[in-house]
Amino acid sequence: MTTDWRPSASIETLRERARLLARVRAFFAERDVLEVETPMLGHGGSTDPHLASLSLEATTPAGRERLWLQTSPEFHMKRLLAAGSGPVFQLARSFRDGEVGRRHNLEFTMLEWYRPGDTLDELIAETQALIRYVLGRDPGPCRQCRYRELFRTQVGLDPFTASLTTLCQAAERETGMDLHDAERDACLDALMAFAIEPHLGQEGLEVVVDYPASQAALARKHRDPEDGEVVAARFEVYWQGVELANGYDELTDAEEQAARFVEDNRERQRLGRGEVDADVRLLAALEAGMPSGSGVALGMDRLIQLALGKASVAEVMAFATPRC
Amino acid sequence: MATYSTNEFKGGLKVMLDGDPCSILENEFVKPGKGQAFSRVKLRNLITGRVWDRTFKSGESLEGADVLELDMEYLYSDGDMWHFMRTDGSFEQYAVDKKAIGDVEKWLKEQVVYTVTLWNDNAIAVSPPNFIELEVVETDPGLKGDTAQGGSKPATLSSGAVVRVPLFINEGEVLKVDTRNGEYVSRA
Repeated sequence: MTTDWRPSASIETLRERARLLARVRAFFAERDVLEVETPMLGHGGSTDPHLASLSLEATTPAGRERLWLQTSPEFHMKRLLAAGSGPVFQLARSFRDGEVGRRHNLEFTMLEWYRPGDTLDELIAETQALIRYVLGRDPGPCRQCRYRELFRTQVGLDPFTASLTTLCQAAERETGMDLHDAERDACLDALMAFAIEPHLGQEGLEVVVDYPASQAALARKHRDPEDGEVVAARFEVYWQGVELANGYDELTDAEEQAARFVEDNRERQRLGRGEVDADVRLLAALEAGMPSGSGVALGMDRLIQLALGKASVAEVMAFATPRC
Repeated sequence: MATYSTNEFKGGLKVMLDGDPCSILENEFVKPGKGQAFSRVKLRNLITGRVWDRTFKSGESLEGADVLELDMEYLYSDGDMWHFMRTDGSFEQYAVDKKAIGDVEKWLKEQVVYTVTLWNDNAIAVSPPNFIELEVVETDPGLKGDTAQGGSKPATLSSGAVVRVPLFINEGEVLKVDTRNGEYVSRA
């Protein structure tokens, strides 16, 4: 008789999970941030070349339509911001095809929140406060480090100025991969994933800022006043070698957003990944005017996993993908 | 042969790597915060038995290996080669050389069914059943000692393997042995 009908988390762990989710809600209730629920399905999907979206066909009043399972609740939440919602948060079920592993599950819970009017630094501080509050203890001292410094100290090269050959060789050395035809970002990602990430946040929370402009995703770009490089106004929070959160100074310019959608789909085509319908309603919302501000997405399952000292996200989910 | 992309890698898939057939043991999905995904793969080289750790960009692919694992009955050894016969009714025989037999030599018993791995129709590896019943051909005389003490002694089995057995076991007895760790399980 098969035993894989059983939950991948113990009932005791699910009780702990519920308690931690309740603390998230208490944190935002105290700060007067509105909890919202937005659709898991949308007419548009994420065009990010490195995310694989799932889609399905549904019968709607418009007939048979292709709808996309959201890879994060970002687009719908930004439309709420443009409609004047003020600060909002959501514990949203999100879907990413192919992402199953120790730290990934095909569907997972994303804690995402937006702070119109807040700077990136204010949101970094609030993200740390949330993690501390949910854990109910201090995860250790918080360090902040620029992407550029991180590469200089950890792998001995400058991610902005090193030649492609230098990057490829360093990435090949660290990973044993054949990267002779790889591009800059692929080499940087390989170094980040295998040479840098595992060491991040071992003593406390570690926040990485000022990413290369080519990795801006949906963040604003600006020229760094110190070294003149164009960087993305983004941060990521690491703890115990695990990426927990990813925040942006949100792009509000409709024209630039439209250009990035087109660019993403061009890149998707080049990689043979199939185009994703861009969210035209998000563009219309940005056109109508979305307040400037910052937003962050936090992998709730990972935070729960680390809080409870478990080895994988599957151990804190009722039924992880292999058993769903 | 078909090629397989990293998202098709799963335990048991046979692929070619550096010219050798390999069996995938584990495929771990790795992705930095944002950006390119990677697969960290553990593979067993089916020729050497060594385990390799390799990293691939998501979407990279490897050629499949023409590897078959077939049930075969062990027949005999002629000194140089070990001869096995398929159990599917074809009576087709395969000769296995010393390199492919490796450590399994000490678990060979006529008429027992083994798994023989074929690559391009050549035998490259043999694996024994998890449990096998073998006769003790040599061991110190049985002691009527305190069995609760859990004492043990070496015993040589008919196949040549030497295993630790309880003190009460005598020559001529048939034992059930776990071939994965070489441990005594029980009297057969």
